[in-house]
Amino acid sequence: MADIALREQMISVPERAQAIAKGGARDTRFRLLTLAAALIVMGLFVGVIASLVIGAMPSIKAFGLPFLWTDKWNPVTEKFGALPSVFGTLVTSFLAMLIAVPVGIGIAIFLTEICPGPLRRPIGIAIELLAGIPSIIYGIWGLFVFAPWFQEHVQTAIVDAFVDTPILQSIFAGPPYGIGIFTAALILSIMILPFISAVTRDVFETVPPMLKEAAYGLGCTTWEVMWRVVLPFARAGVVGGAMLALGRALGETMAVTFVIGNAHHLPNSLFSPGTTISATIANEFTEALGDLYAPSLFYLGLILFFITFIVLASAQLMLRALERRAGT
Amino acid sequence: MAAVATKNQGLIFRRKITNRFFLLLAVGAAGFGLVWLALILYSLFYNGFSAINPKVFSEITPPPGEDGGLINAIVGSVLMSTVAVLGGTPLGILAGTYLAEYGRYGRLAFFVRFVNDILLSAPSIVTGLFIYEILVAPLHGFSGWAGAMSLMVIVIPVVVRTTENMLLLVPNGLREAAAALGAPRSNVIRTVTWRAARAGIVTGVLLAVARISGETAPLLFTALNSSFMSTDMTQPMASLPAVIFQFAMSPYEDWHHLAWAGALLITATVLTLSIIARLLEPRKH
Repeated sequence: MADIALREQMISVPERAQAIAKGGARDTRFRLLTLAAALIVMGLFVGVIASLVIGAMPSIKAFGLPFLWTDKWNPVTEKFGALPSVFGTLVTSFLAMLIAVPVGIGIAIFLTEICPGPLRRPIGIAIELLAGIPSIIYGIWGLFVFAPWFQEHVQTAIVDAFVDTPILQSIFAGPPYGIGIFTAALILSIMILPFISAVTRDVFETVPPMLKEAAYGLGCTTWEVMWRVVLPFARAGVVGGAMLALGRALGETMAVTFVIGNAHHLPNSLFSPGTTISATIANEFTEALGDLYAPSLFYLGLILFFITFIVLASAQLMLRALERRAGT
Repeated sequence: MAAVATKNQGLIFRRKITNRFFLLLAVGAAGFGLVWLALILYSLFYNGFSAINPKVFSEITPPPGEDGGLINAIVGSVLMSTVAVLGGTPLGILAGTYLAEYGRYGRLAFFVRFVNDILLSAPSIVTGLFIYEILVAPLHGFSGWAGAMSLMVIVIPVVVRTTENMLLLVPNGLREAAAALGAPRSNVIRTVTWRAARAGIVTGVLLAVARISGETAPLLFTALNSSFMSTDMTQPMASLPAVIFQFAMSPYEDWHHLAWAGALLITATVLTLSIIARLLEPRKH
């Protein structure tokens, strides 16, 4: 103690002022450094949009907005339209959500209410780990394992079964290739499933136990507690999580490219091959010669970015509002 | 009285049946989901392990019909991921620090946070287009550097996000104590909050590595692919995901085996990294 007191006395007032000033200068430098890094992140975002717009410019000039609803895609005559890709993207993602959201919520209910205690953690962790598996794995499985099995054992049977039923006949029509819109949507749904269940389970766990206990105390059944108490309370979080998953599904490349069939026409049944924006870009970009081919792919990329931006931005706003309500 | 009792009993019976039905449905959903995931892992391990042999790690990718391995793809993936992580991590940590320590509730921080979260889940193929436009097209050539840059664009938002979250977990009392001792703000951050959040930040970096080790789409038109052994980052470079894509889409049986082997390698890497990250992660409560 005495040493410190002594040293303290030995530092003169001007020296101390100098040290403080030096610390202040270092402070400013460090703050500016972090600020610069934050601005670079901002710059990346602006750069992505700018590069897409610049890359797409020739195509935007040539085709304008009607690009969106033109269904021609002909590299030879340089006539391009986004409709088949945009349609494929929206339909596969929509079907994937149709399967993955109820099943994902089901898994979350199972994990929080039904699953026996000792199994809860292992299954929960397994699902979280699966959410990290790269999409190319799902794609390769879909191509090598699911599609051949589906083609041989399920598809033919379904096509035959509905051949005389008026509407279903056209929904399930066409030669059984194994790959196509339906297979792509199913693989997508399996891919986003762990993500949705993990998010939903996390949100369910934020529901105050008191609310549930009160409902049980009134004599509610487990299902009534889930449906009338837990789900309404967790709604914003579940919807936000589902939107994030939708954002992923819309932009997903590899899980889809393997199994969609890459056909540039509007699919006329669930089983017919189609394409999505990301699959088109992934398949054709390196071979895109000519003045309008690559720019048209950039244009597609821009449309994809725009769609996912809207979805992701609304998901974020929803989740932000939830956080604010939770008071964290 | 009797009428009311039977009516009640009927109601209770109906509610019980509904309860049973929907809970069964939930169990069914869990079964359905878990079965798919189990099937995928099963065929991955089955096909992957039967395709893995020492040659995978010692020989380069073969032309169709010949024996070979994946070593050039493994080397390319490791090189590009290393560069991406080395470049993206400091930048991500600094930006995350800005959000958690300086920006906090400011307008700029709000925008950066928003933009970062968009980048975090934006389609990765768009990243590839971005790097193609700013690096590949002006320089007239695909290169390992371009591949690494596109991966870096994916690493940064992951690191920013986790760094911010982890720094926000550090109690303010620690910062105030250090400031009360007279430490300048930058010292407080570097010697106190960073240190307290270190495990969490490392977790974020590991998750970022896991994320990019399977990324395919951004590499397709930045690093392209290569069937030769190369460590020259100015040339096109092979990577595991790109090779898997090429080999799986081909009609050749032995290429398919190598694709499975590569898929298993990637999955094993990702699972190992995420398990380590989980073990390191600080408890939330």
